[in-house]
Amino acid sequence: MKILVCISSVPDTTSKINFTADKSAFDKNGIQWVINPLDEFALTKAIKLQESQGATVTVMNVGDAGTEPVIRKALAIGANDAVRVNLDPKDSYSTAKEIASVAQNGGYDLVLCGKESIDYNGGSVPGMVAQLLNQPFVNASVGLDVNGSEATAVREIEGGKETISVKLPAVIAGQKGLVDEKDLIIPNMRGIMSARTKPLQVVEPTSSEVKVQGVSYDSVPPRAAVKMVSPDNLDELVRLLHEEAKVI
Amino acid sequence: MSVFVYAENINGVYKKAAFEAVSYAKAVADQAGTAVTAISVNPTDSSDLLYKYGATNVINIKDEGLKNFSAKAYAQAVSEVADGNIIVFPHTTDASSVAPMLAVMKNFSLITNVLEAPESQSPFQVKRKAFSGKGFMHAKAEGEGVILTVSQNAFGVKENAVSGSEEVKNLSVVNEDTKVISHEQSSGKLDLKEAEVVVSAGRGMKGPENWGMVEDLANTLGAATACSKPVSDIGWRPHTEHVGQTGKAISPNLYIAIGISGAIQHLAGVNSSKTIVVINSDAEAPFFKSADYGVVGDAFQILPALNEKIKAIKG
Repeated sequence: MKILVCISSVPDTTSKINFTADKSAFDKNGIQWVINPLDEFALTKAIKLQESQGATVTVMNVGDAGTEPVIRKALAIGANDAVRVNLDPKDSYSTAKEIASVAQNGGYDLVLCGKESIDYNGGSVPGMVAQLLNQPFVNASVGLDVNGSEATAVREIEGGKETISVKLPAVIAGQKGLVDEKDLIIPNMRGIMSARTKPLQVVEPTSSEVKVQGVSYDSVPPRAAVKMVSPDNLDELVRLLHEEAKVI
Repeated sequence: MSVFVYAENINGVYKKAAFEAVSYAKAVADQAGTAVTAISVNPTDSSDLLYKYGATNVINIKDEGLKNFSAKAYAQAVSEVADGNIIVFPHTTDASSVAPMLAVMKNFSLITNVLEAPESQSPFQVKRKAFSGKGFMHAKAEGEGVILTVSQNAFGVKENAVSGSEEVKNLSVVNEDTKVISHEQSSGKLDLKEAEVVVSAGRGMKGPENWGMVEDLANTLGAATACSKPVSDIGWRPHTEHVGQTGKAISPNLYIAIGISGAIQHLAGVNSSKTIVVINSDAEAPFFKSADYGVVGDAFQILPALNEKIKAIKG
């Protein structure tokens, strides 16, 4: 079985998000880059399938050369090889087109990714890839097993769970729960050393079509100063919530 | 120019997110001087509920093949009936699975997590949530057709009654790729992303056995319960309750955080809540800086007392 795991290089979750002075772009100064945490659940799941079923795991990223440290980390976690599409992605559609192209050429049985990236939060790429490949799509997956040419995926639904059998090839977008947090793999020295020599293929993009542009960006406005209420005066808190905030 | 909206239902019953999406579509249609057509799949609820929020036409797709959800089959069905150049979806799990597939089918632009009415319709430009709630993006669509998903609780449900008419479309979409094996729905639990009030707790509760008082307060308020990441990681609460950057992003009217210090990743998921109350024994907890109201004290004493006082005011 061949698995393609799509990863995004995103600002570390502790990053403060700032924009350039003209507000036209995200300010990358001082940012540490990590594998998108939701993609990391997908990558770990793929490594588990590699261990249990002898799957091969290719990790891919659409990004410029600056994303290579993050790709190398994915290789250190256990992916067999990697592909980087040499394009600084501008929107979900252009990213999805490149992923679909790599997936098509590689003949993968399963495309795994996180359900969204924690930077632009489009949540659009996995579904677009599935449609471009004309393959079934399961989103928000919190469980996955593969048995031959079929997968069984568990997806989160509002207020519950649904278990689905899916014909492969398919696209599955995972989230927290796809694997346990404690099972996320921290690369060891051996993994880091071997990642240096694993194949990382760089391919040029197939198109430059963009459908959505980020015109400008705003930060979240600060809240007014907190009003502190004494624990001995909860009547005042209830009054404020009822009369001032009008939320109860 | 015409505006379509996907009115999502669960087991035939319209979701609050559907009414919000119709309310949003009505605002878009009013800007453009046109009307709203709502699309629903196998609803049992009356279309009157959609007229109330501004849908002039309702297309009810009837199809046994769509009894179970499949993103691809639903996208196919919506694609067959939605012939407008603006299609609005709620940003729910199901709808945000259908929307990207539909965008590719129709060769439309897709803008997700939309917060406000469009800034302009030609070109189409709108404000959306980005960076897990740590920033906003003004996104511009290229081309003629655009699909939007509206962030839950952002625009709000707005009554705007019109007289409407209903049309039933019988489709027979083929879905051979996916099959639902089992479906577990916990009854009576409020959906966290739809909830207008959320009571959330963290490690300060000291153990899962103490969650009863969190649930009591939530019950009194008609609220959903949530938790911080460490709490779901240790297994005190299910990960479906984890709110934050890698969990769920929520925007309730009232968010009450108990025993949560307020790490930047937690704030990212909750800072679009309209009012935030923080209860923590540590006066230095960073969350107080992002709160509207704060109480420094022992949650084990404050929660029962607060619950009684809120019960009293709610009569």
